[in-house]
Amino acid sequence: MLPTINLAELQSSLIAFAPELLLAGGIVVLLLLRMVPSLERLHLGYLALFVVVAALVASWIEWVNGEYDTRPAFAGMVTADALTVYMRLLLLGFTGLVIILTLLTGLPEREESCDFQVMLLGATLGMLLMCSATHLLMVYIAVEMASLPSYALAGFLKLRRQSSEAALKYVVYGGAASGVMLYGISLLAGRFGTGYLPEVAAGFAVAMQRGPVDAALLVGLLMILVGLAFKLSAVPFHFWCPDVFEGAAAEVGAFLSVASKGAAVALTGRFTLAMVGGLPNEWATPETWQGVAIYLGPALAFLAAITATFGNLAAYAQTNLKRLLAYSTIAHAGYMLMPLATLTREGLDAALFYLIAYLFMNLGAFAVVAILRDQTGTEDLSGYGGMIQRAPVLTVTMAVFLLSLVGLPPLMGYMVKFQIFAALWKSYQDFNNTGLVVLLVIGLLNTVISLFYYVRVLKVMIIDPVPEGTAGLVRIPSGQIIFVTLLAVVVTVGIVAWDPLALQGSGRAVSQFRPIKPAGAPSASAPAAAVSAR
Amino acid sequence: MNELDLWIMTGIIFTPAVFALLLLLPVFGKGREDLMRYTALVGTFITLLLTILLFIDFLGMMDQFLPTGHVEKTHLGYRMDQAAVQDVEARKPYDRDLTARVRWIERFNIDYALGVDGISMALLLLTALLSFLALIASWNIEHNLKGYLVLYLILETGMLGTFLALDFFLFYIFWEVMLLPMYFLIGIWGGPRREYAAIKFFLYTLLGSVFILIAILGFYFKDLSSFEEHLKTEMTQAKAAADAAQAGPNDPLRRQAEAAELEWKAVRALVEREKTSAEAPVNTFDIFLLHKLGRESSKLLARVDEAERNFAKALEATGSDAADQVRQAREAVDAARSAVEKNKDWLFSRDFQMVMFLLLFIGFAIKVPMVPFHTWLPDAHVEAPTPISMILAGVLLKMGGYGILRIAYPICPLAAYELAWYLGLFGVISIVYGAFAAMAQTDFKKLVAYSSVSHMGYVILGIAVWTTLDRSSFWSWGMNGAMYQMLAHGISSAGMFFMVGVIYDRAHHRDLNRFGGLNNAMPVYSALSAVIFFAALGLPGLCGFVGEFFTILGTWNFSVVFAVLAALTVVITAAYILWTLQRVYLGSNPAYEGYPDINARELLVAVPLVILAVVMGVYPSLILYWMEPSVTGLVRSLASIFGS
Repeated sequence: MLPTINLAELQSSLIAFAPELLLAGGIVVLLLLRMVPSLERLHLGYLALFVVVAALVASWIEWVNGEYDTRPAFAGMVTADALTVYMRLLLLGFTGLVIILTLLTGLPEREESCDFQVMLLGATLGMLLMCSATHLLMVYIAVEMASLPSYALAGFLKLRRQSSEAALKYVVYGGAASGVMLYGISLLAGRFGTGYLPEVAAGFAVAMQRGPVDAALLVGLLMILVGLAFKLSAVPFHFWCPDVFEGAAAEVGAFLSVASKGAAVALTGRFTLAMVGGLPNEWATPETWQGVAIYLGPALAFLAAITATFGNLAAYAQTNLKRLLAYSTIAHAGYMLMPLATLTREGLDAALFYLIAYLFMNLGAFAVVAILRDQTGTEDLSGYGGMIQRAPVLTVTMAVFLLSLVGLPPLMGYMVKFQIFAALWKSYQDFNNTGLVVLLVIGLLNTVISLFYYVRVLKVMIIDPVPEGTAGLVRIPSGQIIFVTLLAVVVTVGIVAWDPLALQGSGRAVSQFRPIKPAGAPSASAPAAAVSAR
Repeated sequence: MNELDLWIMTGIIFTPAVFALLLLLPVFGKGREDLMRYTALVGTFITLLLTILLFIDFLGMMDQFLPTGHVEKTHLGYRMDQAAVQDVEARKPYDRDLTARVRWIERFNIDYALGVDGISMALLLLTALLSFLALIASWNIEHNLKGYLVLYLILETGMLGTFLALDFFLFYIFWEVMLLPMYFLIGIWGGPRREYAAIKFFLYTLLGSVFILIAILGFYFKDLSSFEEHLKTEMTQAKAAADAAQAGPNDPLRRQAEAAELEWKAVRALVEREKTSAEAPVNTFDIFLLHKLGRESSKLLARVDEAERNFAKALEATGSDAADQVRQAREAVDAARSAVEKNKDWLFSRDFQMVMFLLLFIGFAIKVPMVPFHTWLPDAHVEAPTPISMILAGVLLKMGGYGILRIAYPICPLAAYELAWYLGLFGVISIVYGAFAAMAQTDFKKLVAYSSVSHMGYVILGIAVWTTLDRSSFWSWGMNGAMYQMLAHGISSAGMFFMVGVIYDRAHHRDLNRFGGLNNAMPVYSALSAVIFFAALGLPGLCGFVGEFFTILGTWNFSVVFAVLAALTVVITAAYILWTLQRVYLGSNPAYEGYPDINARELLVAVPLVILAVVMGVYPSLILYWMEPSVTGLVRSLASIFGS
């Protein structure tokens, strides 16, 4: 039942969404400041950073207080539960780091900084809403809100043809994907008369139990998955990703690869778990979700397997570093989809946990590329030869980031990958689902494959000689060095914070989802009765 | 937390890493190469001293228990149990049981658990010593010295940690930490085909460790909430048996009962520590807890087999009480089966053990390396710089053997037992194939590399020769032989690679056919080389003989054919080594006249190895005294699983 809105609820909803409101306010202020001619000389990056930090502090207070309003806010459109707050912390923290990076590398010129930061904040706002959406309509709006500024960000290097091409490709693919998604949403919402996720899930469960499978429902579900897969850049909806990353600035690439993907992971997790009755509601029993799960699970597993495998295989042939990293992010989307395919709370936990390390290591890798672009003007692997002699610190940090992306212990990437594989094995054992063990093996083999191309980059940077005709030592501003070094240190020693991050972090973020037990466990009530009762 | 042994062991592992960090300081800039070298040397030396300190502690513990006949108290599993129980019943602040356990990652019940017994102590000493010597051998590395030393020290941390870790997860982390430094050490400072060799090494071993990771997950997710209950029943039975026999305090039955009680208490303590709620599962990475699970699982499964055999026998029996016998036998079968069914939460079933054992074994066999997983080794050895070859042959290959001994065998005994013959076969194939391949080489380093394949084959063979308990002394020979062979090979192969390196520095080639007459130019060097090469050959009186002899002795009882093949290969080994000596050192060759003899720094590396090769050859008890109890303890606990 959709809660009707009243003034008291509106008030609590507004408080719960203070960080988003802060962001929105910040965007308006940024836009208005542009009108004031005397402020032209001000770099607006700092203001944007201030806004993000303020929103981050607000989220942090919510997190520390630990009293989440799990009731749906704004008439059931969004919710500010633990998952939302967790993602707020991640995304806002990440956006803050990206803004710092852009300040360090000076990507937007001063006069353009307003445009850039507004779009950055706008995209972040959309992504935050993606993480909190509990209504199909809101899912669509949030995805669009996150996408539109992203398109513009991709084309931000106005004078570069590649950048404009990237933006155009992104728009076309994005438009098509969200169109498909909207159609899927209309199929489900039209059928059930509601877009509120728990009710859609209940409707699904009942429909699945009643008899012959309704093709329209499955098509609708599939179409929504297409939209999500696009945001995740999962194969076969990934075509935009390498082109966009190659054309856009590395800073934008870093932002899109982590924030956009992170929000998509949270949304996919929330959506799929809701579909199998993970959100607390009276219809949730093992039997009810089994109907959807037998379609959803294999679909996600298949998507995860081909995404990881394809991403890793394609990355091997790349010579442009940003393209290579683009394929690497595709592969990582595959890794993050793997635990989601278990359709369990632990799976979502593992995927969210993965984001923590992915944030640092991917940002670090892109940051190194951005810094070296500024200093050497090349983003091609061939220009990276013998970088250890020209920029030793950057090379060592790059080694840390790439090896963490491989998932070698004791780096942070290993910690999160281990949790993913552990989630897969646990689900395999709990549900006796052999497919998950196959997925686990595919994931592990992918780790070995991925080693090949990550290490190839390191080989070029460390073992190969300096190409002739390049200048000697690269001069890098100390701010940039400190930035990447700090990221590398976090990635290196992050494993000591495993417990707090997993137990107090991602573990808490999924706490409101119902643990899903294998079918056959005693059920509370029959779903059909519960639905008809309302 | 004021446990001295914890700090010594932690110090051993992390001293090299700390020195690696130290080397990153800007003080160590260009033009201060010697300072860097000496700093790194001090790091490895401190590590060596700490290891010797640990060894002295270990010897003290052995001296305390061995003369009184309490061998079991020196076993690592026993000490871990004791420590786990004491953790609950207020622990002594100052204990020297040489085990340590600190909570690390609660999310996955991962401990920072360390400990030594004779097996790991021997390999630790070898590692610390070789790391020190190989660093002296690295003195002439000029190119990018800082990077070399940092990676070298990280590698040492990984190696030492692997031998000390008693938590499978921790073990895996250290195991993996070794990969990357090795890749760069081969890839940057290696020979002409270094990049190929380095990535081949990396991919092979990473694939191996992925296998191991699957097994880790498989073991971890067994729910051992009810394991404690099972151990309690076992303990009660053992006690009842001891009481029935009216066993005195020193009777084996009584001791068994006491050991069972300690085990039960320890497991109870560990499980209760983890138990958060009634239905939450308890999982573990604790290697010795996994040993217990593997042993008890295999016992239960063996009981089913035995009961079924008896049932079949009873069916054939004739006589007045035949029907009674059949009924009893059937009841026994049902009871055994229901015990398996009752404990299925934690039980390592036969299929599970088979799969996991193969995963583990392949993962470790790649490192050993055992034919057919050996192809990375000749490449890596040939391309690696001399000191890294020494480490690779001297220590890294032993990790494989150690993993099989410490992890694969005790955790999956049933699978190891049933596959014993095949494992032995692969061991023999490695021995024979490695020897013949070595004979065909013209590259000096490749010859030594293939000789490693051959010699490590003895390790596999010695481990594989499973026997029943009443004849376990034969297996004990084999297992001790395998351990001794690992140590001897660590000394002799590192020595051989160093000797090859010495001549390569002077001649700048390694083609066996172009050498000759080195004895005239470099008499001291040639004499030392001869000792090392004879040690590898297995000449009695030198270290190589002892391990091979023990192994073959143990094998004879297992399979005469294997023993004969392994023994005959010694002839092949003698052939290629003598032929090499002849081609390199004897005769005369004007091209090498006037070569400077081995210098003081090189002597510093070679002489300790030569001395060890001789001492270990003439006086094996020096090592066996403290190593054998642990190895034999392992053998007896494994052999006792399947009755007699």
